[in-house]
Amino acid sequence: MGVTHDDVRHIAELARLSVGTARLDELASELNAILGHMDVLGKVDTSGTPPPAAAPGCTHLRSDSSGPIPLAVPRESFAPIMRDGFFIVPRLATHEELSSGGAREGGA
Amino acid sequence: MKQTDFADMPASVIAARVAAGSLDPVQAVAASFAMSREKKSGRDGLNLVLWSDEKLATADASVLKETMGPRGEGGSLAGVPVAVKDNIATLGLPTTCASRILAGYVSPFEATAVTRLRAAGAIVVAKTNMDEFAMGSSTENSAYGPARNPHDLRRVTGGSSGGSAGAVAAGIVPIALGSETGGSVRQPASFCGIVGVKPTYGRVSRYGLVAFASSLDHIGVMARNVDDAALAMQAIAGLDPRDSTSADVPVAPYCEEFVSIATTPSPLEGLTVGVPAEYFPEMLDPGIRALCDRALDALRSLGAKIRKVALPHTSLAIPVYYIIAPAEASSNLARFDGVRYGRRESGTASLREMFGDTRSEGFGPEVTRRILLGTYVLSAGYYDAYYRKAQSVRTLIAGDFARVFAGGVDVLFTPTTPSTAFSIGQITDPYEMYMSDIFTATANLAGVPAMSIPIGRESGLPVGGQLIAGHFAEAAMFRVAYALEAALGGQAHQ
Repeated sequence: MGVTHDDVRHIAELARLSVGTARLDELASELNAILGHMDVLGKVDTSGTPPPAAAPGCTHLRSDSSGPIPLAVPRESFAPIMRDGFFIVPRLATHEELSSGGAREGGA
Repeated sequence: MKQTDFADMPASVIAARVAAGSLDPVQAVAASFAMSREKKSGRDGLNLVLWSDEKLATADASVLKETMGPRGEGGSLAGVPVAVKDNIATLGLPTTCASRILAGYVSPFEATAVTRLRAAGAIVVAKTNMDEFAMGSSTENSAYGPARNPHDLRRVTGGSSGGSAGAVAAGIVPIALGSETGGSVRQPASFCGIVGVKPTYGRVSRYGLVAFASSLDHIGVMARNVDDAALAMQAIAGLDPRDSTSADVPVAPYCEEFVSIATTPSPLEGLTVGVPAEYFPEMLDPGIRALCDRALDALRSLGAKIRKVALPHTSLAIPVYYIIAPAEASSNLARFDGVRYGRRESGTASLREMFGDTRSEGFGPEVTRRILLGTYVLSAGYYDAYYRKAQSVRTLIAGDFARVFAGGVDVLFTPTTPSTAFSIGQITDPYEMYMSDIFTATANLAGVPAMSIPIGRESGLPVGGQLIAGHFAEAAMFRVAYALEAALGGQAHQ
């Protein structure tokens, strides 16, 4: 299950990271070295051993009723841009991308 | 108040003097900042403190002084200067996780642990250096440069809570908050010769702790002695409705038993200490092994029964940890995209390019590596082989602990780390660095409480001994730690 350059490109895309061609070799090599140490797990018999649903032994469920969190400062003071009470985020796509038939960008 | 007096003064003494009206909390804060300057805790020196504001801390101390009255109670930590790791949200000081992506971020809310420390009278004086997003074991992965060990400036403090550990060891604060995902409180505590405590998962609210790996993250405390560590843990532990994983389990008065321990000839009579062979491998440094043997002799002399036990899945902890933690990190760190959180890269042609450039410019090499690793082990075709398998083995590791504690063992004793503090720049292979957590990651995977206390020096460098207890059995763990600390006395730092 060696990690290839294509794998690195693919997972970088999934993780929203820009990875230049110059770094592909180094990253693939590092990931392969680390994952090589994980292969020992494949030899462990886990038949009949369920994965934990949460941290073992000590997770307690209760109603989600803590209510709103009071902020120490108004949200306008830490949001990059606000207008009419709304957070302004970068546009989802340029007109050029849409008119050239490119794929629509995912929403944030 | 003399700086030298302050540097050695326990938090319990500061609080008692403040409560008695013989120490002004403003003086205590001034002494902390004077010590910070003397020790050069900033980037031109030890590089332990990233952010501080003396005016703000002094104002907080003045408010405490006014509200508690001339001989008021002021709380269990009245006037005690504390440092907080830079991934725990504070008001008025930045919370950057030592990452470029969060440069300048000041949280609009405060972590519950910090609120509780302040409610107990503590004054936040510093935010401390750390491995970026708590990913590391040396505090070399900080965007602001490596922290330096006060015992030897050429060496690391350990990590990822290295700034907090160093600040306590250097006498800048008697108590600091750190965080743990695989040993990030205990390992730097061991390297810096102080006490570091990781509580049971759910014991201390993580509200306001920037998430790294949610099933493994804990907030912990660091102090120069067990009494102060217990005092701090007492202040921050307990149910918090704002953290859905916070447990509704009563918190015992940890410090109350300490007086009787000090006056009883065999205070650990009837208690069984387990010694797992897997934590004493042949490759263990002989000096560390000898100090552990001396600590076990001390436990025996205190009346404890020492029993050999087995935790057979210990060697699998690092592979399991380094699948689960990066997997959870790859999800948790998705929010740092320049829109929801994080400094945004400008001049990009599309939203996707903006995300990519923002994250790649903002994250350092180790964080990038772990996000990629986590994304890989969660991706289609590899999920079962890596992530699901690791979760199943995690169950086996937790089962090892459950069996030992159900079999009559009260606490386990092990070395905290396989080595003493290594030199800055010495370890460059990522997996070799990961192995620093080999004796600590197991407790995070099982969710059990654990702590490191100083047990001596090897070639002049501090060595820590680790105590591990069953879920929510912090009181027993503190009891053994307090008795062992008293029995070792000055030997703990020799």
